[in-house]
Amino acid sequence: MGRSLMILCLLVLMLPANALADQANIQGFETLEEEQRYRELISELRCPKCQNQNIADSNSPISKDMRDAVYRMMQDGASDDDIVGALVDRFGEFVRYNPELDRRTALLWATPAIAVGGGLLIVAVIALRARRRGGQTESLTPDEQARVSTLLDDNERHRRS
Amino acid sequence: MKRLFLFVPLVLVVVLGTVLFSGLGKDPTHLDSALIGKPVPAFELSDLDDENRQLNHEIFQGEVSLLNVWGTWCPACRDEHDDLVWLAEEKGVRIIGLNYKDNRDDALAWLRDLGNPYATSIYDPRGTLGFDLGVYGAPETYVIDAQGIVRYRHVGVVNEKVWNEDLEPLVSRYQEGS
Repeated sequence: MGRSLMILCLLVLMLPANALADQANIQGFETLEEEQRYRELISELRCPKCQNQNIADSNSPISKDMRDAVYRMMQDGASDDDIVGALVDRFGEFVRYNPELDRRTALLWATPAIAVGGGLLIVAVIALRARRRGGQTESLTPDEQARVSTLLDDNERHRRS
Repeated sequence: MKRLFLFVPLVLVVVLGTVLFSGLGKDPTHLDSALIGKPVPAFELSDLDDENRQLNHEIFQGEVSLLNVWGTWCPACRDEHDDLVWLAEEKGVRIIGLNYKDNRDDALAWLRDLGNPYATSIYDPRGTLGFDLGVYGAPETYVIDAQGIVRYRHVGVVNEKVWNEDLEPLVSRYQEGS
């Protein structure tokens, strides 16, 4: 009992620290939608320094600068495209987790379609060939059919004796 | 026809192998600057040596220069400093310094103690020009041609090898062109 109480106390002690850490990230927004928009923007922008993090998660100075820039541009009334465009102009297409479709990324975007198309093609070829082979077995002449049955019968008799 | 299908795995292996092999040894942290082929972003910042003197992009006009981004807080900048001094003094390269997110007194003391390789030093305490250049980690060194166009970016320390292999060919090419 005493132990679980202590654990509870420890948990409660940890709460304000978490709340504070989160607050450090929150900028002043007038509406909830604006804050939501800010969060979405910084979560789809990639940190150039720590390459597998978005700028929302990263603590590197450059990510902080980028978050500040996003915030500033939002306050100036820039659209999402303007904001992402401004950062791409400085840091390159690399900072987008959701890259635009152009010549360089065409193959990247087409890969799922190519994979599905290729798979369908393989299945289609296999199915077609199986059907063609099936047709061949049906096309035995009556003579051949008779010969097959006698052979099978012979075989059966041979095994029984 | 059927025989040909037997070669499908071989073809797949060769194609995949080539693609994957070409990726080996590439540095995934190497990013080309988004500014290659574009002019140095407009800026209005003070001279590190003289806070009353304002500098702008015109300091890049007329001569090929290296733009070196540094700060006294950056250990790798200390590593490359002697090589920059060597480049400026022995090779006569025009190096413009961009003192990035630093404070003036520390920066001036550093240049006094270690030597000053910079023809001009731009003082950018808030990192605004750095941000416009897309600087994501000091030190970075840019090759700027005589028209003020960014031609190349090197991220990391400049040393004799980097100079000989990457920077020198570009610098002489644009020097001849101008």
